[in-house]
Amino acid sequence: MSINGPAIARLAALGLIGCILQLTAVAQITVFGVPADLSPLMVCSVGLLMGSVPGALFGFGVGLFVDTALLQTLGISSLVLTGVGYGAGRLRELRDPAHGLVPVAVGAIGTAVYAIGFSVMQFLLGVDAPVSFLLVRQILLVIVLNTLLALPVHLIIRRWLAPFLPDDPRRRRRRAYTTGGLSPLSRA
Amino acid sequence: MYDKAVRRRRAVLVVLVALSLTLLTAYFGESSTGSLHGVQRGAMEVLAPIQEGANRVVKPFRDLFGWFGSTLKAKDERDKLKKERDALRTEVTTLQVDGAENKQLRGLLDINTGGGMKAYEPVIARVFARSPSTWYSTVEINKGSSDGVKPDQPVVNGEGLVGKVKSVSDGNAIVMLLTDQEFGVSAKAARSGEPGSIDPAVGAPGDLLLELVPHGKDVKKGEKIVTAGTVSTRLKSLFPPGILIGTVNRVDEGEGELDRRIHVRPAADLRRLEYLEVLTKPNTDLLASTNRSP
Repeated sequence: MSINGPAIARLAALGLIGCILQLTAVAQITVFGVPADLSPLMVCSVGLLMGSVPGALFGFGVGLFVDTALLQTLGISSLVLTGVGYGAGRLRELRDPAHGLVPVAVGAIGTAVYAIGFSVMQFLLGVDAPVSFLLVRQILLVIVLNTLLALPVHLIIRRWLAPFLPDDPRRRRRRAYTTGGLSPLSRA
Repeated sequence: MYDKAVRRRRAVLVVLVALSLTLLTAYFGESSTGSLHGVQRGAMEVLAPIQEGANRVVKPFRDLFGWFGSTLKAKDERDKLKKERDALRTEVTTLQVDGAENKQLRGLLDINTGGGMKAYEPVIARVFARSPSTWYSTVEINKGSSDGVKPDQPVVNGEGLVGKVKSVSDGNAIVMLLTDQEFGVSAKAARSGEPGSIDPAVGAPGDLLLELVPHGKDVKKGEKIVTAGTVSTRLKSLFPPGILIGTVNRVDEGEGELDRRIHVRPAADLRRLEYLEVLTKPNTDLLASTNRSP
């Protein structure tokens, strides 16, 4: 899939709006003391919809933005989210999953990879913090919250990127079934 | 064509990872005044107004969610506080009960040591049931014949005479209170020394009468009435002398000496009995004097 100028603009706008929304609103709404994190969900959705390269690039960009806006160590979120976006994109390229709940599973796995990867990076960089029950609980709760949000976030992003997306896998298969050699009508 | 796409994809990934690692290493290695920190601060300054604006825009939505959260939290807090209040109420009740029990036990201790009841081998018992009838003023205690309790033994508490043991079983006993219609005890006025007998006033629960007083006019209101410590043919119980029964609260003058009615209010609060003491050897001093007499 080729990425043209308008698609890049849309992706940039999506990243900017999503990150600002995350920082100004979502991060301040806590459920069981933990806020949801839209960043990995957005990256997973872009990867699933557009492929590995756009996913990796979008992940890198979102990570850079988050690190910059939160004055974190530059590169940590970029590195982890690049991997998340690339992985989601590769799933699409290799398996082309059509099930409606795929974004939920991918969102949950992506969030888990991001949360755990981020923590591991922090430990590797020498942040003096114990691996406490509190940290594990927080990671698990973020994964649960993001799993619940994954589908709506994915639907919004798909609608936002719709003009630049290739055909939906389900629609593509449906068309192949009715017009291609697989149709029982064509066999008759 | 396929190889080119794969190579491009891998190249992009490698470049992004390398870029991330370079940024990470450079950022981590430089001081807080370094160029990357400066860039980050600059970006912060650019982003801050955008974030502030967005913050204002989304504030109502955030407040809405916050309201839901606060409501749930408030409900949770209310439930916790209710539980805490109930626990405190229970605690207060327990403390009040303990305080009352403590007061009664302290009273018993005082009459044992200061009032000389120790000589009568008192057995402390707890009241666990009381008669609901106004005609029979009895309470049930948790000490019985196995503890040395026998019928007709006097029963006292920290305030004074309560009654006597009516019947006994192995583990508990029934105590007839002063105000029971069948109760009677030989008594005397503490100051004037006028003898008489204490009987419950018929039809007036809680009121006692000092009767058969030879010189009734000598007994005045406010005088203390104590047990006489004597045995008459009518009253078989043996009460040690000097146990406070009550206080004269009213004297009804009649037409003659025999019509005088001396009302006595019991010293013991018979409505609130928790701990009592059964004097299992009420005739100790009599025995001692009998032994001494020959």
